Amino acid sequence: MKLELGNIIIHDIQFGNVSKVEKGIIYINKDELGALLSEDENIKSVSFEIARPGERIRILPVKDVIEPRIKVSGRGGIFPGMMAKVDTVGTGRTNVLKGAAVVTAGKIVGFQEGIIDMSGPGAEYTPFSKLNNLVVICEPVPGLAQHAHEKAVRLAGLKAAAYLGNLGKDIDADEVEIFETPSLKEGILKYPELPRVAYVQMLQTQGLLHDTYVYGVDMKQSLTTILYPTELMDGAVVSGNCVSACDKNTTYHHLNNPVVRDLYAKHGKELNFTGVIITNENVYLADKERSSDWSAKLAELLGVDGVIISQEGFGNPDTDLIMNCKKIEAKGIKTVIITDEYAGRDGASQSLADADASADAVVTGGNANMLIKLPPMEKVIGHIEAADVIAGGFDGSLKSDGSIEVELQVITGATNELGFNRLSAR
Amino acid sequence: MEKLRAVHYINQFFAQIGGEEKADHKPEAREGFVGPGMAFNAEFSGKAEIVGTVICGDSYFNENLEMATKEVLAMIKSFKPDLVIAGPAFNAGRYGMACGTVASAVKKELGIPAITGMYIENPGADSFKKEVYIIETKNSAAGMRDAVKAMVPFALKLAAGEKIGASAEEGYIPNGIRVNFFEKKRGSERAVEMLLAKLSGKPFTTEFPMPDFDRVEPNPAVKDVSKATIALVTSGGIVPKGNPDHIESSSASKYGKYDIDGIFDLTDATYETAHGGYDPVYANQDADRVLPVDILREFEKEGKIGKLHRYYYTTTGNGTAVASAKAFAEKIGKELAADGVDAVILTST
Amino acid sequence: MCTVVPISLTVGANRIVPTVAIPHPLGNPALTKEEEKDIRRKLLNKALNALSTEVSEQTVFE
Repeated sequence: MKLELGNIIIHDIQFGNVSKVEKGIIYINKDELGALLSEDENIKSVSFEIARPGERIRILPVKDVIEPRIKVSGRGGIFPGMMAKVDTVGTGRTNVLKGAAVVTAGKIVGFQEGIIDMSGPGAEYTPFSKLNNLVVICEPVPGLAQHAHEKAVRLAGLKAAAYLGNLGKDIDADEVEIFETPSLKEGILKYPELPRVAYVQMLQTQGLLHDTYVYGVDMKQSLTTILYPTELMDGAVVSGNCVSACDKNTTYHHLNNPVVRDLYAKHGKELNFTGVIITNENVYLADKERSSDWSAKLAELLGVDGVIISQEGFGNPDTDLIMNCKKIEAKGIKTVIITDEYAGRDGASQSLADADASADAVVTGGNANMLIKLPPMEKVIGHIEAADVIAGGFDGSLKSDGSIEVELQVITGATNELGFNRLSAR
Repeated sequence: MEKLRAVHYINQFFAQIGGEEKADHKPEAREGFVGPGMAFNAEFSGKAEIVGTVICGDSYFNENLEMATKEVLAMIKSFKPDLVIAGPAFNAGRYGMACGTVASAVKKELGIPAITGMYIENPGADSFKKEVYIIETKNSAAGMRDAVKAMVPFALKLAAGEKIGASAEEGYIPNGIRVNFFEKKRGSERAVEMLLAKLSGKPFTTEFPMPDFDRVEPNPAVKDVSKATIALVTSGGIVPKGNPDHIESSSASKYGKYDIDGIFDLTDATYETAHGGYDPVYANQDADRVLPVDILREFEKEGKIGKLHRYYYTTTGNGTAVASAKAFAEKIGKELAADGVDAVILTST
Repeated sequence: MCTVVPISLTVGANRIVPTVAIPHPLGNPALTKEEEKDIRRKLLNKALNALSTEVSEQTVFE
């Protein structure tokens, strides 16, 4: 399967009369987009803000971040099963508005939503401070149940991203990247000498603000399965979760999965990247056993020598992680796992809830319990009072001057377990 | 800025007094630097100066641990140092133990910044890595130059009270305290490189060695449950509606203790969960699903249990540090024991 | 009483009763109130049994 990504480099987003992309700038007709998103009867009101790198802006509570993309050629559309009809994606040509994102915010759904600071110390910990963000603030109709609220905002974000992506359909790309994964048979014949490697991606699937969708399927209802890596780049996997903001994989992360990128970088040279095994992190023990059995079985079936396993979230998913690692190692397949840590504010506690000797190669995204002071910002987009109750905040997090003292876990993407960042711990 | 006063602790061998045959050499203080102190002085390049050197034989130190520590400490103190460097001891076991003992005693008893240096497999490293910063060195004195280059800037940083970074940045042997820092490469790239090393049998270093967990002896069984007072404790975050004590949704800093006298059923009007790590909808509808008060009341009435304890204890076990959980458990356990509770049912989510 | 038995084993619990699911260890929203209570009763009976059983090592009361 072969996919061409055409990157259109975006320098700015502005509101305008006509929605378009011109000379690296996205212009948005607010009314048009607002009308589109307001079609959902569960959404009472929608408003938009723009947050650019370096601006003194704080966004919270953030639900998802989504990169605008559009299929130019090849089967299907972006976010199949969610925004486009179900069809296998990952081939042909996809255009990307690189450097831009849609950020969904608005009334808090649960505890798990996050903070994005566009400047200051908090900005160093989130990759989204480097993007030109269209913030979509969705307020639900009164009395809307949590699950329906989450869904309404999730779909609004995807719709907005698809709307922006569509503006890039006929624009010339500034750069083109090509990714190709051969079939198993072709791969073996083409690279007989190279170690065969797969990527096992664990997806958070534990209910409200903990779900992930694959081709529109709630992944908790699926068994472990296989994707071509390029399917991810066309939005086959969509986030419906926030877990703790620091280690949720936003839809942006799925589209730009760094493990996929870095395995491709060595593909055909130092290794043969065979594919992605996606598995879930369910709330029933039997599911955890079954899904990890299947990860190991599929890794064996692919005939790989090694896998990278990435986690999403923490706590009980540490068990899924260890099960995957242990069972795959037991097949004689080498593993490296990517996780993050909850070692306490002083860093002195055990970092994981589960452990096994076979997990001898670990990459960490850092200690999410670390305290950080976020100075006041000129502008807050969303609801500042959420700072006291979101995961990582505490009573008194929000100071009278508008500054916030919180754990790193409130910052969207801070300790990402796909290895998206440079942050680590020892 | 004034030059910092440094004191150097070394053994008989590095003081060129002799080898094994002189290992019973008693503590001795000399003005200025001796042996490897010269290299340290040079590397200090004016920011600090070794004003005195304390020398002790390795056998003497280890065989007379308490007395030798006292003597060495007194000598170090007499130089009024701002900073103490012990060793480096490389892979010399008794020297490593001596350096670790001296450096940690200086830190603890004199309150003066102190460091040492060792090879990672030196038994002194394992014994003292949690007490003092131990800069990792090669396994023999051939690594002196590198050791000095690593130890000096770190020692100056420590003496200046600057923030100490992660072990991987600073070069000290990991001491169990996890410190965040920015790596040069992103995590996914490090993972790919680690996997390639593992596949080809090349050495690699895990960024997080698997932890060891505590074990406790099981308590004896409850003799007669029908006469026992049973308490409920949960990490599922069940709190009276409105979360009156503001227990955090993640990384709890506290627990709640709530009176359930006369409560026979937890309803959506009275209880909810404060936990931010699971879908709260089901617990909010009926908190008995996490904290089974209703059935325990039934058991109480039937005489199946003696009594349900008047209070239940609750916290959120979501991203909460083991150290915090341990501290909560110690307090809760003490109170429960004092209140005559015979057994606890602990529910977790 | 916990759902993720492997974690309880790893962290060193001595008497372990496996439960239904993480968000509802002692219930199941898919059932009626009475059926749920029945599950809860059975699980708590197991817990009482565990408390009154002598153990010398970590034990899971299935």
